[in-house]
Amino acid sequence: MTDQKIPVGSRQFLPRSAFEELFAALHKEGYSIVGPKVTDGAVRMQPIGSVAEMPQGIRDNQDGGFYRLEEGEPELWFEYVVGPNGPKEFFFPAQLPLFEFHVQGGRFDLDAGPPQVPKLAFLGVRPCELAAIDVQDRVFGRDDPGTFRCESEPWYLQIRQEALLIAVNCTRPGGTCFCASWGTGPEAAGGYDLALTELKDGFVVAVGSKRGAALAENLSLRAPSGAELELATLKMELAREHMGRQLETPDLKQLLNESIEFPEWDDVARRCLSCGNCTMVCPTCFCCTVSDGSDLSGQEITRTRFWESCFSHQFTYTIAGPERNTIRGRYRHWLRHKLCTWWDQFECSGCVGCGRCITWCPVGIDLTEEAQRLREGSTKHKKRLGVSHGE
Amino acid sequence: MPSAPPKVAVYKFSSCDGCQLQLLNLETKLLELVGAVEIAYFLEARRRVLPPPYDVGLVEGSVSTPEEEDRIQQVRRDCKYLVAIGACATSGGIQALRNWANVEEYARYVYAKPEYLSTLETASPVASHVFIDFELRGCPVNQYQLLELVSALLTGRKPNISTHSLCIECKRLGNTCVLVAQGKPCLGPITQVGCGALCPKFNRACYGCFGPMEQPNIPSLGQWFTERLGHTPRDMKRMLRLFNGYLEPFKQASEHYERKEKGG
Repeated sequence: MTDQKIPVGSRQFLPRSAFEELFAALHKEGYSIVGPKVTDGAVRMQPIGSVAEMPQGIRDNQDGGFYRLEEGEPELWFEYVVGPNGPKEFFFPAQLPLFEFHVQGGRFDLDAGPPQVPKLAFLGVRPCELAAIDVQDRVFGRDDPGTFRCESEPWYLQIRQEALLIAVNCTRPGGTCFCASWGTGPEAAGGYDLALTELKDGFVVAVGSKRGAALAENLSLRAPSGAELELATLKMELAREHMGRQLETPDLKQLLNESIEFPEWDDVARRCLSCGNCTMVCPTCFCCTVSDGSDLSGQEITRTRFWESCFSHQFTYTIAGPERNTIRGRYRHWLRHKLCTWWDQFECSGCVGCGRCITWCPVGIDLTEEAQRLREGSTKHKKRLGVSHGE
Repeated sequence: MPSAPPKVAVYKFSSCDGCQLQLLNLETKLLELVGAVEIAYFLEARRRVLPPPYDVGLVEGSVSTPEEEDRIQQVRRDCKYLVAIGACATSGGIQALRNWANVEEYARYVYAKPEYLSTLETASPVASHVFIDFELRGCPVNQYQLLELVSALLTGRKPNISTHSLCIECKRLGNTCVLVAQGKPCLGPITQVGCGALCPKFNRACYGCFGPMEQPNIPSLGQWFTERLGHTPRDMKRMLRLFNGYLEPFKQASEHYERKEKGG
């Protein structure tokens, strides 16, 4: 370690040969590392122990309902983009025990609460993920009785507080990516501790926080050359121009509000399986259900929180019966929430342009295409009704 | 808690006994179960039979013979709650494949002396004959769902049995989608949850042994399988007609693909 402090906001260069030092530095700080690793033909964020476990020389081929890994540039480690999961799975687990108690005589004795919050360092978080984490911070991390915001979640706040985020900018966007349309990528704008841009010989490292700077002190960093910085900038420019998908974002809220009864919804309802895959892979979806269980003796009681989906008919049951009885109603609810009513609820978009809902939809339903259909429908229906455009 | 443990009866109709075995396979929990309820009628597990009425009856198997047709009526009269367990009891099961064929012809293939057989034209689910209070899907049923059912009945609460797609559970468990990432014809998106996503966990496509989920969109998945993954209408028919082929809407959809197969 040198006496020279690395300033927050500075850019450094980490030679590829020194990348392993990141692991050592994180382990020294007591972090468990969550990073990319290939399992069952996909890059998943999961616990890893060393560089050797990371994918090297592979890229992904993504399209609607399609994901395959292929050979990439052998010397590159981050040519793929987001896989089916991400940090959400750790901050907001698919299944979280909330408490356990047993009946003791005439009273309840608490046996356990939620599990201890782990200290996680995420390696390879993509810019769209950072944006999604920011969205979930609004969902789980803030109290505001004035709006419809959920109450803050202590477990979420704790694990977020502990977590270190090492981002990787996307030099090669995927086939279903459209972060550039939202301005959430391909370059991380903030919310990270360190952000890496991969070049052939190493990484341009942007230092985003004091924690990141402290970590950087342990690495064999050097000042980046002008050429390296320029190349990194150029790669971002190129990535921005090569997004697999595009979404016209500015007036989406208005579009979704005026299209509620458009026949375009019937068309997508014929294709939508209502299987819930899009919501399970979405990095901002936060629906969950709380389920109480008792054992055979009726003495041991558990309460568990599970991911749920607005596409589940059963999940929409209220005392008055199910809320959204058709697939049309459920798809419309989901898309309108993502692109429209999310703004009312959390003052941001519920979509960050990661493209997962497109890739992992078993029948390849494409959010950007559906929005475009509504847009074209809007022009058509307005013309038919004689409403002048732009009013 | 009631003073006397509730009496439980386990019945077998036309079936392979696999669902009853799921009860016996509960192992450590089995002792707890035997402590919490009185096993009053369970021929596969014990010889002793207590007289009816019973509080809970679990029925395994489809109604496939004239004798069973009568017996299910008596079973209903004997049980306060009647629960159909497993694909045979809830859909007719694999033996319901004969419902699309000539039973006599099938019998001639299988049995040396088919004249000794007394069988109905169709194998049908229990609910086609009597009112049932609840059903557990699956071939076989999931033992945790069985435990959940009994625990809920004992406490007097609603069993936590979901009816949404298998995909939701599969994703919760962190499996990578075998349909999207490997192009396997997985029935998960139209199949009811409950098995613990057993097949996708081992990189296999779901074959729908828990039957149709709530409001499945079979035409859309079928279109994807036939147009994108290169499967034929015959493949679709066979995928849908396995353990739950006789249960709507798998039944209707399989008949649709059969018509397409024949060029209709």
